[in-house]
Amino acid sequence: MPGILSVVERAYHGTLEEQDDTILWLSHMIKNAGADLSVLLRSNAVNYAVKGQDASGLSIGGVGLGVPPTLDADVEALAAAGIAVFVVEEDLTDRGIGSDELCSGITMVKRGGLAKLFDDHEAVWHW
Amino acid sequence: MTTSSEKSITIALMDPPYESGTTTTALRIMDAALRKGISVNVFAYEGAVNLTMRGQSAHPNPVKGTSIEEQDHPSTAKFIAGLFTMGQSNPKLEWVNCGLCVDERGAGEWIDGPRRGGPGDLFKFSQESTNTLVIGTR
Repeated sequence: MPGILSVVERAYHGTLEEQDDTILWLSHMIKNAGADLSVLLRSNAVNYAVKGQDASGLSIGGVGLGVPPTLDADVEALAAAGIAVFVVEEDLTDRGIGSDELCSGITMVKRGGLAKLFDDHEAVWHW
Repeated sequence: MTTSSEKSITIALMDPPYESGTTTTALRIMDAALRKGISVNVFAYEGAVNLTMRGQSAHPNPVKGTSIEEQDHPSTAKFIAGLFTMGQSNPKLEWVNCGLCVDERGAGEWIDGPRRGGPGDLFKFSQESTNTLVIGTR
């Protein structure tokens, strides 16, 4: 049984100042520390899996953001690191996001399948 | 008719740095206002007093394997220092950190520009400004 399911639903909170999403980053770090971890993107966080995001160009007070967040690449990096990344299918549909818009390495799960997904993990961390 | 140089906006802000999109949005509004010649008054309340802390430091990113230099991490203190450069006189940026909020957080080491104040400053700002924008914590 996989260990931890990390559920991310708050999206784009501080991502420009942090250059990433703090929970995606934390999940990757915990995986690197040896954890058996999966990530579930739900609600607004499903947009993290949309490929081609461009957050460049921000400048405040003449101070530019030299390295903007690349959330789609960060999601792909999670998958490449061996983390199963799930996205709630209905949350995509509700936002008009097609499966062809998603980055690689994503597994879609229906809302009706969430209970089993939770049950398939030893722990659920709901951020 | 009021000219842009006579206009001012007061922004009351509560969120701390690095945790919310509201701080980035508020800083962008301040930037846009100053670029249009509109003076800006900021009342930083509760966690927002941390936005101007001098000691914010860049760090590498061990997930991406990037160095401090490559990652070029931004800080709200740097952004706000830039806003103070834009708002030296006309338009002018005034920034008040709630003193009691600062004390309870031990957050007194700021960049140059902000001053210590209290809720009365927010009331005074709002009375003197063309408009007031309140951005609370959710």
